[in-house]
Amino acid sequence: MVETILPVELNGAVVRKGEKIIIGPLDLSIGGTGCSILIGPNGAGKTTLLRLLHGLERANSGAVKWSARKNEVFSRQSFVFQSPVVLRRSGVENIAYPLIVRGVARKMARAEAEKWIDEIGLGDVGRYDAHVLSGGEKQKLAMARALITKPEVLFLDEPTANLDGASTLEIERLILSARDKGTRIIMATHDFGQARRLADDILFMHRGRIHERASTEDFFDEPKTEEANKFIRGDLLL
Amino acid sequence: MNDLLAGLQSAIGLILHLDHDLVEISLRSLQVTISAVLISAAIGLPFGAWLSVTRFRYRRLAIALLNALMGLPPVVVGLFVYILLSRSGPFGVLDLLFTPTAMIIAQVIIVTPIIASISHQSMRDLWFQYHDLLISIKTTKWQRMKALLWDGRRGLLTATLTGFGRGIGEIGAIMIVGGNIDHLTRVLTTAIALEVGKGDFPLALGLGIVLISMAILINLTIHILSRTEREGTW
Ligand SMILES: Nc1ncnc2c1ncn2[C@@H]1O[C@H](COP(=O)(O)OP(=O)(O)OP(=O)(O)O)[C@@H](O)[C@H]1O
Ligand SMILES: [Mg+2]
Repeated sequence: MVETILPVELNGAVVRKGEKIIIGPLDLSIGGTGCSILIGPNGAGKTTLLRLLHGLERANSGAVKWSARKNEVFSRQSFVFQSPVVLRRSGVENIAYPLIVRGVARKMARAEAEKWIDEIGLGDVGRYDAHVLSGGEKQKLAMARALITKPEVLFLDEPTANLDGASTLEIERLILSARDKGTRIIMATHDFGQARRLADDILFMHRGRIHERASTEDFFDEPKTEEANKFIRGDLLL
Repeated sequence: MNDLLAGLQSAIGLILHLDHDLVEISLRSLQVTISAVLISAAIGLPFGAWLSVTRFRYRRLAIALLNALMGLPPVVVGLFVYILLSRSGPFGVLDLLFTPTAMIIAQVIIVTPIIASISHQSMRDLWFQYHDLLISIKTTKWQRMKALLWDGRRGLLTATLTGFGRGIGEIGAIMIVGGNIDHLTRVLTTAIALEVGKGDFPLALGLGIVLISMAILINLTIHILSRTEREGTW
């Protein structure tokens, strides 16, 4: 890697829909390595923040600054959506697609995708139409498609919502192995257990603001804000 | 009832004898409409894809206009092409009036909006699903169009067949610009009109049955051909 695209910084970034402020103003810097996890109640703005960082949303005011030139930044990150987007093709074609988009020869892209099919344990099913896959298999497919480009940053939006324990662990294994290879993980989850297992630090969001940012241990053991405390205890946050 | 039976009989007779005129007229019908549909698909499908992935200021207006063009009255299209191609018209020097080429031009004008509009509807739904992913992996506009055209090929086939159905049964425009000249521009629909005018209902009906059978046969063939890909649920 020539130069890193991290850290990414938000300076007073605000996302509005109509009159309503969805998130912000946010000041935030994410750099280094490891795994940062966003937690917070429904509607807190986690998805919006991930999308803003990835360039799928625009800041209505303030700025998002990456540490490299713009046209390089987004090709070195991947995004896994909460409900996996599956192309109407075979599993292999789905996984190979980002490489093909980058101009890799079809044959090489497919060969690389075949390796991922084995890596995620899809086997023969991967040669069928991806639409027949189960929810868990689709999510693994989306993971492989996100990882095949060896991203420097990987965004994950509740990658294991709706998955059972076994599938959840398989997804987590993929996340950890990507992290160990140096991919910076930024993800949202509602699963506290998962947050404890994966996160190096926690960003607690509520009503579009980041109320607290702390190491995973500190956050769960002694949250500093009243809201975070209530949220962890499972109280309703109003 | 008698007329119907006689029509059926004459249709069977015509087909069994491979009546020369019938074969010639049928082939011309196919030639004109298939040419027109191929040209229309080459224009309409990419345009439908482009319209799906492109945001511009008057997009809604353009889509409304396209939908309106689907209902263009063929007679008016025929008249329009006639004026353009007639001796004194801007393209008069090409000497195309009353030729199959003129008929193809008229049908392209009728069929292109149909193919573009129907294919756009199906690709727009697909784009709604693909949007975030294709933007996330930094596809170019051309790559987005390609993904929609390839992954949506089922819907595009339907759009194209709809265009074919409209073209093969069309008479208003080709009558005007083709002139229904025997051995030159006569096709099934114009032949039917002529026979009805002459009062030869059995022959007219026979031709009609051939026309319908042809339309069904083409649709079935393409349906079966596309099925051989074994594409499962879509
Ligand atoms: N396009 C939009 N127009 C209006 N409001 C929107 C739009 N997109 C998001 N919102 C609102 O912004 C808020 C934050 O949404 P977001 O999806 O970021 O929350 P979240 O933290 O990801 O929630 P969840 O845990 O349910 O996924 C919600 O109240 C949502 O209704
Ligand atoms: Mg969300």
